[in-house]
Amino acid sequence: MAAIEQKKMAPRDQGAPNYKEYLHPLMVKNYGKWKYHEKVKPGVIKRVAEGGDVLWVVRAGSPRTLSVDKVRGICQIADKFCKGFLRFTSRANVEFFVDRLEDVEPLVREVRDKLGFPIGGTGNGVTNIVHTQGWMHCNLPGTDALGAVKALMDELYDEFTNERLPARVKISLSCCSINCGGQADIAVNLQHHHPPKINHNNMQICELPKVVAICPVAAIRPATVGSKNSLEVVEEKCMYCGACHGQCPSMEIRDPDTDTLSLWVGGKSANTRGGPSFMKLALWGLPNNPPRWPEVGAAVKTLLRAYKDSAKEYERMGEWIDRIGWKRFFDLTGFPFTKYHIDTYRFARTTFNTSTQVKP
Amino acid sequence: MSEQKKKSGTPLLDELEKGPWPSFVADLKKLAEKKPAVGQLLEQMEQSYETRVNYWTGTVLNLDGYGGGVIARYSDLGKKLPEVAQFHTIRVIEPSGWMYSTAALRELCDISEKHSSGILQLHGMTGDILMLGSDNKTTFEAGEALMQKGWDIGGSGGALRTLACCVGPAYCEMSCFDTLEVTKRLTDHFISYLHRPELPYKFKFKLSGCPNDCANSIQRSDMPIIGTWMDDIRIDKDEVAKFVAEHGEEYVVENVITRCPTKCIHLRKKEIVIENADCVRCMHCINVMHKALAPGKKRGVTILLGGKRTLKIGDTMGSVMVPFMPLETEEDMERLFDLVGRIWEFWGENGMEHERVGEFIERVGLATFLEGVGLEPDPRMVRHPRTNPYIKFEEYTGPQIAGEPKVAPPVLDKENEPRESI
Repeated sequence: MAAIEQKKMAPRDQGAPNYKEYLHPLMVKNYGKWKYHEKVKPGVIKRVAEGGDVLWVVRAGSPRTLSVDKVRGICQIADKFCKGFLRFTSRANVEFFVDRLEDVEPLVREVRDKLGFPIGGTGNGVTNIVHTQGWMHCNLPGTDALGAVKALMDELYDEFTNERLPARVKISLSCCSINCGGQADIAVNLQHHHPPKINHNNMQICELPKVVAICPVAAIRPATVGSKNSLEVVEEKCMYCGACHGQCPSMEIRDPDTDTLSLWVGGKSANTRGGPSFMKLALWGLPNNPPRWPEVGAAVKTLLRAYKDSAKEYERMGEWIDRIGWKRFFDLTGFPFTKYHIDTYRFARTTFNTSTQVKP
Repeated sequence: MSEQKKKSGTPLLDELEKGPWPSFVADLKKLAEKKPAVGQLLEQMEQSYETRVNYWTGTVLNLDGYGGGVIARYSDLGKKLPEVAQFHTIRVIEPSGWMYSTAALRELCDISEKHSSGILQLHGMTGDILMLGSDNKTTFEAGEALMQKGWDIGGSGGALRTLACCVGPAYCEMSCFDTLEVTKRLTDHFISYLHRPELPYKFKFKLSGCPNDCANSIQRSDMPIIGTWMDDIRIDKDEVAKFVAEHGEEYVVENVITRCPTKCIHLRKKEIVIENADCVRCMHCINVMHKALAPGKKRGVTILLGGKRTLKIGDTMGSVMVPFMPLETEEDMERLFDLVGRIWEFWGENGMEHERVGEFIERVGLATFLEGVGLEPDPRMVRHPRTNPYIKFEEYTGPQIAGEPKVAPPVLDKENEPRESI
């Protein structure tokens, strides 16, 4: 396409694709008229409509990052068994829709054999990990989400293909302290260990007032370094969040020698029972150890073992800890409770125990 | 594209070809056979794996007339790896509920293969389709090809982000409103905001059909819209009897009755009794006994505001703005559009740059915000009323927004005026 044509390209404001064209015929027919669902087995859910129609939904785990040929492979299977319709879940699982029971097993086999995708991710198991871009495409990452997730899901494969945990376990992974991966029952997040290192020779690429303004603890102030306008960081105030680094690449917060990974637990979105909750720090100081981050896998498995042994049915990770208390959580997991687990930010006091309710 | 097919030379990444979970490395290596850029992408990642250093620099690239939709990346290793010197992502608006026909997916594949690197991510954290790997020229070609086929792009910078929603009424019996349709309507109505950053900072909608919040809206969106109901939970007595017979009374007590956050559900003579006035619509009993119990029929949504991730004041969840409103008719949709418009106007006018709406509410106060957007205070917006006595009565001082006092008529003299002597 010639350059001149590119310049002529005008915004078209076309909006979202029309989802109605992408619904399986049974969804069109029974839209809003579904009665109940039944678990058939891990990864397979039977959806029954008020009028009696049945749709089997088969869920498979994907690596999210897909070559076009892999996507075409998914399409081939959906054409063969699903009338050409499928969907993705918020956690990068693929869902195939089958309207004949006898098609379920052949579909499952093809997904496994041709795509190499496991069937599962439903109910009380570990579902696919939501994650960030990492070294593949982010400008801020201290680690690689794609590889860390692949390595972790290798470790947790059997928890994806089975439903043998007390409740569903959602995991996220983030490559910096902005935590784009989000709240989850278990989150693996990168942790910075010192204030940003400022490249005073390259501050002209940044809007200095914006960098000052973005600091949540007002630790950044203007400074003249040499003869150049630059910034300085009040290191006692800085909490190594990296907000300035997102605003200004010359405020380098990452450090390949000192960045570590932390494990956070107990986040939940659903309004069920106690409502949504934030995750809390469980373990810090795991090495950022590519290509397979074995220490992360081991820690997550330790955590899942303790949870599986001690939680009641329908108790999500955070609810389990609420019941048994944090002391027993640290006892059961063997994770050390340290001074760094005690909050020092603005709402710290709301996290202190202001009662005599203590367990032995 | 040149014929320079390189050896992988990626011993660290190769470790990620092992193990049972599907490997993106194996998949991309195959793709690299026909796409040299992908091979160089893997080489760059390999170097990051060796050094634990990232080699992408972020920058801005926009299609003409758009202010969002492209995440531009330049490689710091561009001299050594020219194929990824420019390696941009195009954010494509996904269909509601991530529903696809294979024809639509193949269309995306063909465009990606022709104009980009052939890598798709399904989907980004916001919910959008990510097409990775076009350069300064092919980004325009890909954008043009996408738009000719009816796709649209958008959602980066201080712009509205692509919306996301749960599967909703397409196959879920829990859904209390049409998440797919409302997502489409909101996207189309506010499409200009997706294309042209006009807001203080990003704004995300996520829509979940019921309080199970499968779209993770409370944690992950500025404006969570979540389906709920206001009448009684529907009870199918026969199914209750079956459930109790199958699982036993003890199981029902342990796993349903005692888990109710407001203790409003009871098992009396093997029948379920619910005090609906006390029910907070948490979904637990319905989730466990989903054949026997179902959301009521008077349905609508609860609208919250202010959810976001860590940067920069720490994580915030959305908090209630509209406890309940129906969302079925055209008039309901108009009310929603109008509410969003008022919120954006007040926040847009008074918000600081890079200030998410939740941070803005925290700074100016919820009460001031409600007044600014024309919502009446409702006890359901708070966990409880204030516990401190420091009420800033406005008869004396108007609320402060962005440092400027709002004009409020003083009822007290602020200074003693000199008295006239008689």
